[in-house]
Amino acid sequence: MNLRARLGLPLVGLFTAMALLGPSISPRSPRAIDLAHVLEGPSSQHLLGTADNGVDVLSVLLHGARLAGVVSLTTVLISLVVGTLLGGGAAFVGGRTGAVAARVTDAAQSFPSVLVNMAVLALVARPGVLHLIAALSITGWVGYARVARAEVLRLREREFVTAARAMGALPGRIFFRHVLPNASGPLVVQATFGLGAVVLAEASLSFLGLGPGASASWGALLDQGTAHLLQAPRLAVTAGVAITTTVLGFNLTGDWLRDKLDPRG
Amino acid sequence: MSPLAFLLRRVGAGALTVLAVASLSFVAIHALPGDPADVLLDETATPADRLALRTTLHLDDPLPVQYFRFLGDLFLRGMGPSFVHRDRTAFSEVAAVWPSTVALALCAVLVAWLIAIPLAMLAATRPGTRTDAAVGVLSLLGMALPSLWIGPMLVLLFCVALPWLPFPGPDASGPASLVLPSLTLGAGLAGILTRMGRGALREVLREPYIATARAKGLRESTVLVRHALRTALVPLLTVGGAQLSALLGGAVVTERIFERPGLGLLFLESLLRRDVPVVLACVVAFGVTVAVIQLVIDLLYAAVDPRIRVSA
Repeated sequence: MNLRARLGLPLVGLFTAMALLGPSISPRSPRAIDLAHVLEGPSSQHLLGTADNGVDVLSVLLHGARLAGVVSLTTVLISLVVGTLLGGGAAFVGGRTGAVAARVTDAAQSFPSVLVNMAVLALVARPGVLHLIAALSITGWVGYARVARAEVLRLREREFVTAARAMGALPGRIFFRHVLPNASGPLVVQATFGLGAVVLAEASLSFLGLGPGASASWGALLDQGTAHLLQAPRLAVTAGVAITTTVLGFNLTGDWLRDKLDPRG
Repeated sequence: MSPLAFLLRRVGAGALTVLAVASLSFVAIHALPGDPADVLLDETATPADRLALRTTLHLDDPLPVQYFRFLGDLFLRGMGPSFVHRDRTAFSEVAAVWPSTVALALCAVLVAWLIAIPLAMLAATRPGTRTDAAVGVLSLLGMALPSLWIGPMLVLLFCVALPWLPFPGPDASGPASLVLPSLTLGAGLAGILTRMGRGALREVLREPYIATARAKGLRESTVLVRHALRTALVPLLTVGGAQLSALLGGAVVTERIFERPGLGLLFLESLLRRDVPVVLACVVAFGVTVAVIQLVIDLLYAAVDPRIRVSA
């Protein structure tokens, strides 16, 4: 196991543990107000100190991990399935359908995705977790569609596919049994990077005030930290470390997987 | 195809794309719930006020009529008056902040290239050494550190701990106020370009023509810059170009951190205020900017690599 895996996997593990157990081991509610301790440093009561209104930072971090975990896993799953079926399917069918799908994917990629996410959330009166997932999935599928398309185009004319066709396998069977499993490596790599990217996108949208207001979020904590940068720099540092280490963990793992899963590399 | 015909075709295709994106946004914004009149009026407004406002804003017209008015506004009337500031056109609202966002994005790109190219050359010429590993870690860090965190940390470091640069705010102006935002926005791109640049250079340096150049007795720096780097630039331009539209969108976070007016923030505020003309004007501005960037990158390809002529 190389350096990237030794650094990346524990970070991903830590994030997974926080997302799974966070809300159960959180010392208090991430919304519990304690006006006697506003923007204070670490103490025995508040291990990581407090934010606005005396909210416990550790509890916000633990609940925020759950939100980031749920949103990133769901968004990546939806994007992966939709992107693979659209991009891979269109490339497999080829012809005019394939060309049109490739154009749509290119056009969708040329417009900044953050702006689309922002637009969806800003137009909903009170964005919730489901809105957040929907907003991120609307743009998320594009990357997977491109990877799936490239892989399917590469595999489509290979001998084993021709062999399956010669044996009378139906197109659906060829696509799902022969082509897709061979395309899974790059898609898994893309999904690993994708998990980190969605954690970051969720944080950015919450930072801009577009996150689900009812849930604790790392991005919203960072927004508070930026507002109180002079009085309580600790807040921005804490929230930023949580976001950065998580994204770094997924990037390192994805990088390691890319080398591991790619026989050509 | 002659270069002029190529240019005309590309500009035409770009204009059509922008029109399609704008039309799609028009449909989306009118199909979604949320009446602009509700957001624009306060709670003391009577139903009559509401009706009057809806009439003034032409919100009760059938959608096709509104769409044709939108097209007319787009080409003839500066995209129509803003819903919030009735005396200003949406175009003038966008024009007021567009230069600021473009300056930020251009500086961020410049910073990214200035960091990435030397580091990539340093690492590619010393494969397997500690320098190479350090550059590798640095580029991964650059890619992982989100601008929404680098920003506040840079402010703490350079405006608070070491008071070298002005504290961000609406009053900060001049070139000094651009330094930290550009670094914040450009760090991620710098990381990607360093990584890609190292890979591309390693590959090029194995080519026989590099051995030829060295055998001719050319200085190593000439071999590196004139022969290797130039070839390695082509894949970098592709990646750099694909990242630019993300950079333009990502600028909104940087603008918010540094309280700089910009296209992203205007877009966000107009969305929240349901200022439909300004929202659509922002979409058009983003679309045109992205299209122009793509065109410039395509022309740069030809400049860097004479084999890629505009015939493609």
